[in-house]
Amino acid sequence: MSTTTEFLVSERLARRNSRRLAERLIEAVLFAAAATSIFVTVGIVYILVTESIVFFRHVSLIDFLTDTQWTPLFDDAHFGIMVLLSGTAVSSIVALGIAIPLGTTIAIYLSEFASARMREIAKPILELLSGMPTVVFGYFALIFVTPLLQRVIPDLSGFNLLSAGLVMGIMIVPIISSISEDAMRAVPMALREGSYAMGATRLQTALQIVIPAAVSGIASAYILGIARAVGETMILSIAAGMQPNLTWDPREPAATITAFIVQVALGDLPHGSVGYQTIFAAGLTLMLFTLSFNILGFWLQRRYRERY
Amino acid sequence: MSSSSSSLQTARLRTEIKRRRRWDLVFIVIGIFALLLGLMTLATLFIDMLIDGWERLHPEFFTSFPSRRAAHAGILSAWVGSLAVMVVTGTVAIPLGVATGIWLEEYAPRHWVTNVIEININNLAGVPSIIFGLLALGLFVYSFNLGQSIRTAGLTLALLILPVMIVGTREAIRSIPQSIREGAYALGATRWQTVQHHILPYSLPGILTGVIIGMARAIGETAPIITIGALTFIAFLPPPPITDAPPFLSFEWLEAPFTVMPIQIFNWTSRPESAFQHNAAAAGLVLVAMTLIMNGLAILLRYRLRKNIKW
Repeated sequence: MSTTTEFLVSERLARRNSRRLAERLIEAVLFAAAATSIFVTVGIVYILVTESIVFFRHVSLIDFLTDTQWTPLFDDAHFGIMVLLSGTAVSSIVALGIAIPLGTTIAIYLSEFASARMREIAKPILELLSGMPTVVFGYFALIFVTPLLQRVIPDLSGFNLLSAGLVMGIMIVPIISSISEDAMRAVPMALREGSYAMGATRLQTALQIVIPAAVSGIASAYILGIARAVGETMILSIAAGMQPNLTWDPREPAATITAFIVQVALGDLPHGSVGYQTIFAAGLTLMLFTLSFNILGFWLQRRYRERY
Repeated sequence: MSSSSSSLQTARLRTEIKRRRRWDLVFIVIGIFALLLGLMTLATLFIDMLIDGWERLHPEFFTSFPSRRAAHAGILSAWVGSLAVMVVTGTVAIPLGVATGIWLEEYAPRHWVTNVIEININNLAGVPSIIFGLLALGLFVYSFNLGQSIRTAGLTLALLILPVMIVGTREAIRSIPQSIREGAYALGATRWQTVQHHILPYSLPGILTGVIIGMARAIGETAPIITIGALTFIAFLPPPPITDAPPFLSFEWLEAPFTVMPIQIFNWTSRPESAFQHNAAAAGLVLVAMTLIMNGLAILLRYRLRKNIKW
């Protein structure tokens, strides 16, 4: 009896070494998987920077930043990124003009006023809205929203930043509302109870107690929304046209940075030509913008975080 | 005198309270309106596509190749291409994402390397999808010479949805209470045994939710696939994965040129003839139905999960 247990124990102890080796191996494999994400970032930076360096050998940085024309595929080539930036800025401003008020209102309503049941139903449906393929939103903006807007604004062109921006705004609403709502719901109940005890109404509590307490989360929701608007591609390349146009008028067609990349990728550009390198310079510009928004969001969250 | 002034004050207070209560009501109306606006847009989008595309949704639409004549065009090469790309994406992204999630939750030491990996994943989640397309164009197409193939597209989308998979896995694992791990360790289980026998099975529904949401995102992505230079007019299918000669399995389809659903929709949308736009609407309906089914499945899973498990 005792010999069999001894035998079993020693056998198990003997197996322990090989098991330890297997454990080590598994841990190494898992770590390798985790490290892959670093290589993705390194790859993105490497590709964008090396191709852009080639681009900036042909085009001076000053021309890139100050020229008011963007005609990289013409014989008389100009490379003024301002042209594309204006399209990106106008469409993003239109989108955020819709998404921030709507998203914030929905967040306050769902977090402070709606019943739990209402929230359970509304949140997943809103999530479906942001999970829709963007190419479908582009179709919707071009075929449905633009003709609708043309009845109100007769001189609206068939491709325009306005309808693309509006549809993009609706798409961003769920991003802003769901992150803001999470931030508001993380505010401790005791703060609300204190406010109610002082005789405040629900709206007063929401606006004067909950929002200031959740401001860091709400700010990062906005920044995520901005980053999404700046990087959105398909809605703009379908509904805003792909014509580079330095404009601040949302009724006009204009290309954004992203739409330009799509336009070049659709054509047949030889690998290594200046036109080909242009999309990497445009991509680097886009990447720098989103990166700085990310850093800003990170900083805001640290700076204004309320701890309870 | 004093009683009348106090009653006057009470009356004033009452009207003041009423006024503020009214603002509460006004806000509720605005809130519901805002919510409805979002939902109505979703409904309008759906109905608009249904009206435009319904007549095109007959069985031949799914079994025909794209054509110059709109009435004969179909989405055969597009949905087969989407399916093939998704197989590659899933094969790469699911193991990588789940493994990363497990490492970060169960193995990662408190160390700067862990911090760098975490911050990096958060950043990647915010990178616009078209940038992944540029990465793929520079790296997969021109440096590794993988061509403008199903393989390249699948890998690109895999990298794109990796953060979604990782975050989903981490959330699922994090909801498992510490006592489960302690119980396993107390019985002498090693780390991997704990993961294999407890953590993974318990978090599987949660992980699956993240996987489905990630795949739903990938199937609708257009921009990175356009950037790698996918062709828009494909009137043939990739070679079949099963052949009649030994070894009966062929991976030639990985290298085949392809098109996917979103590209086909984009192509038809940008044609001026309205007949092609009906095709775009019909294909859009199919794509939306695919993503809706996937997202609905994820929501259902999450809902059942929350209902069934009480630690």
